[in-house]
Amino acid sequence: MSFAILYDSTLCIGCRECEKACAGRWKLPYNDTIAAEEQISAHKLTAIQTHGDHFSRRLCMHCNEPSCASVCPVSALHKTALGPVVYDETRCIGCRYCMLACPFQVPTYEWLSRTPRVRKCDGCYDRRKAGRPTACAEACPTGATSCGDRDALIAEAGRRIAEKPDQYYNRVFGIDDVGGTSVLFLSAVPFEQIGVKTGLPKEPLPLLTWRALSLVPDVVSPGGVLLGGIWWITHRREEVAAAEGREKKGNN
Amino acid sequence: MADTAKTISFPLSGVGSRVRTMPFWTPVFWVLMAGGAYVSYLRLFRGLGAVTNLSDQFPWGLWIGFDVLCGVGLAAGGFTLVAVVHIFNIERYKPILRPAILTAFLGYVLVVVALLFDLGRPDRIWHPLVMWNPHSVMFEVAWCVMLYTSVLGLEFVPAVCERFGWKTPLNVLRAISVPVVILGVLLSTLHQSSLGSLYLIVPEKLYPLWYTPLMPVLFYISAICVGLAMTIFESWHSSREFGRYIEMPLLSGMARLLAVLLSMYVALRLMDLFERGGLGLVLVPRTETYLWLLEMCLLIAPALLLYSSRVRHNPSGLYACSLMVVFGFIANRLNVSVTGMEAGTGVHYVPKWTEVTVTLAVIALGFAIFRFAARRLPVFEGAELGTKPAA
Repeated sequence: MSFAILYDSTLCIGCRECEKACAGRWKLPYNDTIAAEEQISAHKLTAIQTHGDHFSRRLCMHCNEPSCASVCPVSALHKTALGPVVYDETRCIGCRYCMLACPFQVPTYEWLSRTPRVRKCDGCYDRRKAGRPTACAEACPTGATSCGDRDALIAEAGRRIAEKPDQYYNRVFGIDDVGGTSVLFLSAVPFEQIGVKTGLPKEPLPLLTWRALSLVPDVVSPGGVLLGGIWWITHRREEVAAAEGREKKGNN
Repeated sequence: MADTAKTISFPLSGVGSRVRTMPFWTPVFWVLMAGGAYVSYLRLFRGLGAVTNLSDQFPWGLWIGFDVLCGVGLAAGGFTLVAVVHIFNIERYKPILRPAILTAFLGYVLVVVALLFDLGRPDRIWHPLVMWNPHSVMFEVAWCVMLYTSVLGLEFVPAVCERFGWKTPLNVLRAISVPVVILGVLLSTLHQSSLGSLYLIVPEKLYPLWYTPLMPVLFYISAICVGLAMTIFESWHSSREFGRYIEMPLLSGMARLLAVLLSMYVALRLMDLFERGGLGLVLVPRTETYLWLLEMCLLIAPALLLYSSRVRHNPSGLYACSLMVVFGFIANRLNVSVTGMEAGTGVHYVPKWTEVTVTLAVIALGFAIFRFAARRLPVFEGAELGTKPAA
């Protein structure tokens, strides 16, 4: 079973209970000042955003083929079989390539720490392993955030659109964007109007890198043989010239 | 063996005595060193956020864009000349090989120094050795840079051995030199191109004038170009600096190759832009366009000028062209890593003074160590091959 979160913007009332529950789970401070910050950061791993009359939520999208995990040189990030993309802070060297690569600009950094870590939502991996819902879904009073099996949630999202086509923008975000994500979005208006990045390729972004990187063996072996060959020929030419010179001397 | 005997008896202060003093640069150097030390202290105790203008949305700035991307590229003269001399066996380039290797070696060491500033956890810089991710370009670059820095060390050590007359290590190094040289060229090919592959994963962030699946190829060709340009640049400077003769016939020959490679590079970029339907972007009035045009001018002008044999055989003309290539290259790397990323990430990044200080201090350190090594070690050999005095 693959786990996912469904965020339905039309049901969200902006009460920020999800933010509070998330802060509680990560043992991060939470007060009115932090609540007013509508951006995710190292001390706020999910954020409710106001876009005119609509609300939106920022959290890790838990891509099926995450850019962050593919670029990490030390495998500090990985996609679990259960669904969440998790981070191992003991491996991280702090190159921040994950932050550069993430199409949703989700990973954040502890910029003022002497031993900084990348911070991001981990889909409540420990709770999921124990079969419990995520802290945000559990705290949500309206059902705007729910969690469960990804296929079931996609079906549920389709059902909601079909039942009230006039209340929904006719698309579920995350089914196939960047190869599919484990966080799905529903909205009343086109997604770009609630700050969700649209126009992303349908294919997983790590493929773009892999196409180039998989050519490495094709460069190394023929390249080595080629260079060795050129070396042999150019030096052999010299040896032959030297030998011929000696022969001529001998003949004379 | 007469050569070895001559270099072994290299006098301690032989070259040094002719070196010009630098009344302006010496105080600048010490000011930068003091600044660098102060910023290092801040970086260590207050964190990256205190000394950089980086943010969650803009995690890579000047240190990656200049110190790492440009640093590795500007050091490409090492592998280019090693290939020319040792693999293609074009012996006449030997007199300028060692300075190129020294530049490359220092370049890579300084890239690692800059990385120690930029990494959030510099104490874990060794992690890629034991924690692998073969799907990561960064992982490949880390390994290549590590191995290639060692290769450059091995390629430079003979100068040290000659200086002190150590024959045994010299013989060992000679015995393994062919595989070492081939390994060095392969490693360079891989990571010079991979620095371009680093940005393949951000098609939605990097401005389309720069984003192309060809980035690895373009990074590789431009690295060879700037490697040649840096060799010319450096020969010109050391001829003034150390009162040597400039190796004009060699440099003109390299300039001819440079003209061809630059033309290929520019043609490839324009064709690729056309192919992707991006030529129209050149007419859009915005910062990216102007920076792109600047970059292209700095590369097209020397490409055209260097086809003229009059320019190629004139030390000042050659120097001006090499300088344009170096600046064009730097503009390209900074455009890819900084300016080209601003629109896509929605951030306007200007480096903090502390970032600039570290970068300048690292450059100054490079120049100082080069000067020191060039004075004490047999780096410049066969200066008698030169024909024309420098300007």
